[in-house]
Amino acid sequence: MREGYEVIYQKPKTLTDNKMHYCPGCIHGIMHKIFMEVVEEMDIQEKTVGVCPVGCSVFAYDYMDVDMQEAAHGRAAAVATAIKRMLPDRMVFSYQGDGDLAAIGTAETLHACNRGENFLFIFINNGIYGMTGGQMAPTTLNGQKTTTSPLGRDKKSMGSPLKMTEMVTPLDGVAFAARVSGNNPANVRKAKRIFRKALEIQQQNIGTQFVEVVSNCPSGWKCTPVESMDWIVEQSIPYYPLGIFKEPGK
Amino acid sequence: MLNEMIFAGFGGQGVLSMGKLLAYAAMKEGREVSWMPSYGPEMRGGTANCMVNVSDKPISSPIVTMYDVVIALNQPSLDKFEPKVKKGGILIWESSTIKDGPKRDDIRVFAIPAVDKANKELKNVQVMNMLILGALVKVNDIVKKESLIVALKETLPERHHKLIPLNEKAIALGMTLV
Amino acid sequence: MGEIRFMKGNEALAEAAIRAGMQGYFGYPITPQSEVIEYLAAEEPNHDYTLIQAESEVASINMVYGGAAAGARVMTTTSSPGYSLMQEGVSYIACAELPCVVANIARGGPGLGTIQAGQGDYFQAVKGGGHGDYRQIVLAPNSVQEMVDHTILAFELADKYRTPVLILSDGAIGQMMEKVELPDPIPYKPNKPWATTGKTHDRERNYITSLYIQSDDMERKNISLQKKFRKIEEKEVRFEEYMIEDAELIITAYGVTSRTSKKIVDLAREAGIKLGLHRPITLWPFPSERIIELASDDKVKAFFSIEMSAGQMVEDVKLAVNGRKPTFFYGRTGGIIPTPEEVIDFIQKKAGEL
Repeated sequence: MREGYEVIYQKPKTLTDNKMHYCPGCIHGIMHKIFMEVVEEMDIQEKTVGVCPVGCSVFAYDYMDVDMQEAAHGRAAAVATAIKRMLPDRMVFSYQGDGDLAAIGTAETLHACNRGENFLFIFINNGIYGMTGGQMAPTTLNGQKTTTSPLGRDKKSMGSPLKMTEMVTPLDGVAFAARVSGNNPANVRKAKRIFRKALEIQQQNIGTQFVEVVSNCPSGWKCTPVESMDWIVEQSIPYYPLGIFKEPGK
Repeated sequence: MLNEMIFAGFGGQGVLSMGKLLAYAAMKEGREVSWMPSYGPEMRGGTANCMVNVSDKPISSPIVTMYDVVIALNQPSLDKFEPKVKKGGILIWESSTIKDGPKRDDIRVFAIPAVDKANKELKNVQVMNMLILGALVKVNDIVKKESLIVALKETLPERHHKLIPLNEKAIALGMTLV
Repeated sequence: MGEIRFMKGNEALAEAAIRAGMQGYFGYPITPQSEVIEYLAAEEPNHDYTLIQAESEVASINMVYGGAAAGARVMTTTSSPGYSLMQEGVSYIACAELPCVVANIARGGPGLGTIQAGQGDYFQAVKGGGHGDYRQIVLAPNSVQEMVDHTILAFELADKYRTPVLILSDGAIGQMMEKVELPDPIPYKPNKPWATTGKTHDRERNYITSLYIQSDDMERKNISLQKKFRKIEEKEVRFEEYMIEDAELIITAYGVTSRTSKKIVDLAREAGIKLGLHRPITLWPFPSERIIELASDDKVKAFFSIEMSAGQMVEDVKLAVNGRKPTFFYGRTGGIIPTPEEVIDFIQKKAGEL
């Protein structure tokens, strides 16, 4: 530290020093940071085991300084299920995108929730396949253009976007369900509080925790980061309302 | 001494369980045994069978195609397996329900009206298979009757132990029918 | 002397897994192996392992992946169509070098096929099945006793080499009952410093992955995997032989057909035919060296691969024999076990033409 300077901000110690590969403006980096801040603040780094998916966050284990497993596409819920069952006193989370959690892995997602597997789903919903170059996701909005819905998503032939949080909320096994975003500082702070709440619920061992993050993809959406934040407010949140859908005792 | 046997009949007649009981009894007597069931849809009402081998030496093949003993409890089984009895072998068939009896004269054939006898004398048709087993151990002393009783005690769940005397009676009755 | 029981092959496998210290079982019902999950579900209250009836075989194998990476002894079992569904996961497990046991109580295929026993999954088991260059140890039990012995061996080999081990059995061995001797429970103390059990302050984080996006890294990984596979080929070949010393004609068979083949050898010997049996116990690594030895022996005239397939293991036999001697194939499909009579007829006919 240079004389006369003081630290007013630093990343949590639970993140590695590796430079993130995410595109400029992507919410993944924000979510990694606030989640790992929670891990640091709760002092659970030694007990935390994560699962990363196939998708943009496939390299999450390069950034999160906790033990992690890379799952096959869609299977993070099955993998996390077994980790938690084998190591019940650890804090377990899966970190998944929409293609992973809501298309190829829908069965694993719903059944893990239905069994009430005691781990945290962090579901990053940006409505597009980012890693493979901007194809339609199960959560792509009606009318939204992607490389595989060039005229816009047509609900008649492609179905309407899946609302995963609403789908898992009524399941008995789910103890906590919420939808957050990272589009502005207020929502980022809210998201962090929700992550903490979810992990505290995991400590109580009363059911699955499911947190959906309404996210962005400036590259795939073919817009600037700022425009992508506007899109979240104007298009995404009206279809995917934010808030806590289910929590213990309520 | 190797005994290669098949027990065949309708699902529900107890062919799998009688074969299993015999194999277990033989094992208790120190013999090598194998029990190979047919499985799948036939268990739910079609024809079922199990091959049972009892031997003094390790059993090479649990699957055989010609038998020292055939137990046939229905017409299709009798028709199918009568030709598969080895020359001089034993064929026991249920004679109160099977219409067309066996025709071969180069084997030892025993007609056992097990269904009638179980109904009339024991008031329980379900132990018909035990009558047949009694007849079998009488004509071919593969195992002692006592070993069958031990096998019943050790393989039946506790809640069914009240049925052991009835089964014992059925085995004894079967032994008088040959 | 261990405990003696009269058990079905599937139940014996399940009981052996318990005694081997299995900590997690993940499975989906499918005939003819459902007795495994049923047995383990009934026994679960008496033991410490966790059992999940998964939503699919895809989920089962990925639970196995997660449990294995967390350092636990884990297993799944299935039958042919279910094993097909697991292939992606097996490839990941092989690349991530995780120890686990998988059993395929095979039935006749292709497709939904028949629920009767089959050996048509040989290629899938020994040549990969999933994508990419990997191998797995494949054990082929042929008795209920071996369902026990091989299950215990499978867990040991899996841990020793950090590899998936497949028990390739079949519906006949799974469904039949024989006398078995069960070993006492084996104390199992895991020593898996690589497992993702939580990053303690004294070590770097562990991560388990099969992703090596840079070509150089991926090739290095492949080279190291291949090195391991060569070591397994060198150390872990297992086979059994019967009446082989003076044999002029040799049957090769595994699993249930190796049982019927013993009988075939006995019958042939009674008829004065000098027939012997070579039975691979490990289908991979395959006993090629031994077959080369046999094929190089002047008195040996021909090989006969007897299978419940349209001709799969025969290709490995032929690779080893390498033209030294004629190699014939006789097989039945659809769940039909070749009878001693038809096999002897075939062997006599072919031997007569030599």
